[in-house]
Amino acid sequence: MTGTRPDKSKLYYPKMTPTWWLKRPNYILFMLREFSSVFIAVFLVVFLIQICQLTRGPEAYADFSQRLGSPGWITFHVVALLFALYHSITWFYSSAIVLPMRIGETEIPRNRVVALNLALLAVVSFVVLLLFISLQG
Amino acid sequence: MAEKKTIEPLWWALFSAGGVVAAFLVPIHIFIFGFAVPLGWLADTGAIYRHVWVKLYLFVLIALPLYHWAHRFYFTVNDMHLGVPRKPLALLCYGGAVVGTLVTAWVLLRI
Repeated sequence: MTGTRPDKSKLYYPKMTPTWWLKRPNYILFMLREFSSVFIAVFLVVFLIQICQLTRGPEAYADFSQRLGSPGWITFHVVALLFALYHSITWFYSSAIVLPMRIGETEIPRNRVVALNLALLAVVSFVVLLLFISLQG
Repeated sequence: MAEKKTIEPLWWALFSAGGVVAAFLVPIHIFIFGFAVPLGWLADTGAIYRHVWVKLYLFVLIALPLYHWAHRFYFTVNDMHLGVPRKPLALLCYGGAVVGTLVTAWVLLRI
């Protein structure tokens, strides 16, 4: 066998039920992290639909915007924002593990890398907000 | 067994690029688009999205996290052992992201 992957017929496959991930809090957190990507994608699709309203004129755009103020949509965006922030934090943690940062020979502690990334997230968010307000003109 | 060449590394690259974009840029956009504008804290006529640089930014912001979703969703649904067949699922996920990219480009070119 010269391939990098083992022969599939010789692998052991444990039997797993569709609810295996409910058995431990860590597994549930893993699933929440994975499903954060669904909420992020749904948010972006709704955002694209809003942008698409511009082809139908400024009134259609404003109408769509107003509809997003309904309790249902606000609830969706609260949930989506929580998932998005959960994605950011877990992403920073895993990138601290996958791409350790070094100064010379010494590795920067992971928690500090996460803190640096969170600070960068705050700066980037602030810049986007400022640009959004100043480009409105 | 000969080593098979696949385009898998491409999906992984798009996955991580999308993960970075989502981690740094999506939260503030949910705040602006989901709360600040609908609740009247900030004004938005949509004119800003016609700016060519803003369009380029939006393309990256919308398209890349779709690949992030595709990759995660594909592996997670497999890991859940729901009995969903792999090939149609892969087509739905990665195909969906490619279609999403094309639709995003089309919308941005039309506005």
